Amino acid sequence: MAKQIQVSGLDAYYGSNKAIEDISMTIEPRSVTAFIGPSGCGKSTFLRTLNRMHEVIPGARVEGKVMLDADDLYAPGVDPVSVRRTIGMVFQRPNPFPTMSIYENVAAGLRLNGRISKARADEIVERSLKGANLWNEVKDRLNKPGAGLSGGQQQRLCIARAIAVQPQVLLMDEPCSALDPISTLAIEDLIAELKDEFTIVIVTHNMQQAARVSDRTAFFNLAAQGQPGKLVEMDETTNMFTNPSEKATEDYITGRFG
Amino acid sequence: MTATLKTRQGGPATSRPAVRRSRADKPFRHLTAAAGVVLLAIMAAIAVFLIAEAIPALYANEGSFLTELIWTPNNSPPAFGIGALAFGTLMSSFLALIMAVPVAVGVALFITHYAPRKLAGALGYIVDLLAAVPSVVYGLWGVIFLVPFMQGPSEFLNEYLGFIPLFSADQVVGRSMLTASIVLAIMILPIIAAISREVFLQVPRMNEEAALALGATRWEMIRMAVLPFGRPGVVSASMLGLGRAMGETIAVALIFPATFDITFGVLGPSGNSIAANIALGFAEAGEVGRGALIASGLVLFIITLLVNMAARMIVVGRSGARK
Amino acid sequence: MSIQTISTGRRAKDTIVRGLVYLAFAIAVVPLVSVVYLVIKNGAERFDLEFLLHSMRNIGARDAGGGAYHAILGTLEQVALASLMSVPIGILTAIYLVEYGGNGRLANAIRFFVDVMTGIPSVVAGLFILAFWVLYLGQSFSGFAGALALAVLMMPTVVRSAEEMLKLVPSDLREASYALGVPRWRTIVKVVLPTAFTGIITGVMLAVARVTGETAPLLLTVFFTDSINADPFSGPQMGLPLYVFDQAGRPNDTAIDRAWAGALTLILIVMLLNLAARLIARWRSPATGR
Repeated sequence: MAKQIQVSGLDAYYGSNKAIEDISMTIEPRSVTAFIGPSGCGKSTFLRTLNRMHEVIPGARVEGKVMLDADDLYAPGVDPVSVRRTIGMVFQRPNPFPTMSIYENVAAGLRLNGRISKARADEIVERSLKGANLWNEVKDRLNKPGAGLSGGQQQRLCIARAIAVQPQVLLMDEPCSALDPISTLAIEDLIAELKDEFTIVIVTHNMQQAARVSDRTAFFNLAAQGQPGKLVEMDETTNMFTNPSEKATEDYITGRFG
Repeated sequence: MTATLKTRQGGPATSRPAVRRSRADKPFRHLTAAAGVVLLAIMAAIAVFLIAEAIPALYANEGSFLTELIWTPNNSPPAFGIGALAFGTLMSSFLALIMAVPVAVGVALFITHYAPRKLAGALGYIVDLLAAVPSVVYGLWGVIFLVPFMQGPSEFLNEYLGFIPLFSADQVVGRSMLTASIVLAIMILPIIAAISREVFLQVPRMNEEAALALGATRWEMIRMAVLPFGRPGVVSASMLGLGRAMGETIAVALIFPATFDITFGVLGPSGNSIAANIALGFAEAGEVGRGALIASGLVLFIITLLVNMAARMIVVGRSGARK
Repeated sequence: MSIQTISTGRRAKDTIVRGLVYLAFAIAVVPLVSVVYLVIKNGAERFDLEFLLHSMRNIGARDAGGGAYHAILGTLEQVALASLMSVPIGILTAIYLVEYGGNGRLANAIRFFVDVMTGIPSVVAGLFILAFWVLYLGQSFSGFAGALALAVLMMPTVVRSAEEMLKLVPSDLREASYALGVPRWRTIVKVVLPTAFTGIITGVMLAVARVTGETAPLLLTVFFTDSINADPFSGPQMGLPLYVFDQAGRPNDTAIDRAWAGALTLILIVMLLNLAARLIARWRSPATGR
């Protein structure tokens, strides 16, 4: 069920301000692709164009093509709602629904797709929580509010919520940046397991993290403040970190800027 | 819009670094405290004087204050009862609330989640301004425009929905409970909409995005993220609106036919409220009459107090349970 | 197709709700527009200099002409007096709550009763002044009695808005002042109040706008008059909202015309106050939007 994403000639705007320019890349199925780059280079913006979340910001729009296998996500007549249903997302800060219990949070996406039996819902919730390595910690308090969990647990709850609807692709926007090292480790382990099932794209500020979890890495950069961000290069992660072909990539990876 | 939701924080007064004492400090502190005490004294005085002026009239009353369905405090012997007035106050206010809340929530959602962004700012502004239109203006509009206008729709309701007790009537008139309730609904709508709008705007963006990223439609996002978060605020705004509607005087005084009966039919020539009766009965009131009106005002005060307290408890209770 | 489409039921529900939301907005706008339109259209007929500069003295029951000068004058005096009484008490109380009271018993009692007071129906405030000032103290109906009732209504609003504004003043600012050895009361007067000043003014003006339109308390305290009475301390006065109520209750078209013109005048005054308050608020914080 994991799918390939092919992007070609993609620009994204906030109002009249171009945030990213002419991005083309291929994201392989059942693998982890990491986006790295300095702040403001547009990697998060680009991530949000992949499930049409960019356009929920007022004034924001996208030009170009994003193919999920054979379907153009931006073709006329494609409903952004169904795109988001197919491509799940995990955000920078854990954002469980504050008024819902742990169980309801995981089931939230399921409930959208019509009535399902209690038994079926229980089964999916359990499977998703197990998939997010959270089941053992919360199985005795499924009816407690999701907001009562620790930050790392909340983020895994959000991952469980995202995978419960069985998306083709899972986008993660700096999922560990608000977490402590131990929680980060738990999420990284989880990503390694999830890639057997999903196409995973992760934005990260942490280069060690990119090196640890990803199969391929894309480096984004911007020429100057106020200029749109661009894709500098994309390669196997091991190549990127040992032998980058661009000078800018090497400078960034070795910590000379960014 | 001054009626935003307040949280109970002590403000920055706690934990101060040591401050150099000045001789003027103490008097200034006492001055500010005295102002607060004046406020408390006024509250106490309101209760004391309303009760003190009501008691003689209540003693003079030959009827039962709670059950009598007439208001003749100026006759001898005087007789008056709050029943019909309290009923009219509650009935008209609840009708107004039932009409206003769904529309107000719709307006708030429209401004926060449906209208184009540029338009939304201006619309929010207009709603705030409308909340400031004086009630006497609504009353004037109600009695001159709405009362004749309502004749047709009222007859229609009576003809086709007359089997519902609410819409049955021997005689259908424009000056009815229904018309007064509509005016009240229009008056409290901007305030409920304005507060609901503020609450909806406070919904964390990340919760809305979480819902959208799960593949929720706009309505599903609102149901998942916006409404649960905003519910206590909307409820308390509604209670505030209810309090306003019950205390509203002038608009309904111009419209109500000022009868003293209890009937559930809203289309007939009956209807009154405590506040309207005070406004209309004051000019002719003698000594007992004034006392009787003050007694009715006391009842109104207590009812609105209970409603406002309930609104407070709902907000506190809900937000407490969430933690 | 690898994109899983959503069911038509969900889509339909989304469309229906969108329709309902638009409908709610339309339902809300129609009567409100009607109110504003009729007030402007009918009010303009008599909204002239004669209306603004003449009283109702010697105007017979069916005569055209006459005006609201006495009512406008009365309203301005009553509201000004009410502000003079309620604004200092309100702001001082807010200072006590934010700067001194903390979570003490007195402060909490004040906060609680300010909340209670905010919900007092305006007619009850009028009854209170009637009971206290007129019936108990034996004073006559006057503009000042009306101002007392309006002050009761204004005070809690002023306290609440001033309290919010004072809370917004960062405590760093206070601490910086203490660090310079400035005593607390001078810090409050010279640093805290000026910082919160525009916000407090905005709140005060909104409170003024609100009581300007109040009718019921005046009805019970200033009584009625058709003549000019510039002295708010003796004899019945008129107020603009009261004037509208009075004229609207009269059976003749000439009176109804005057009522509309009075309503227009009243709306203009209230809207000007509101706009001014909002302009001040905006001038202070140009960046906040949405």
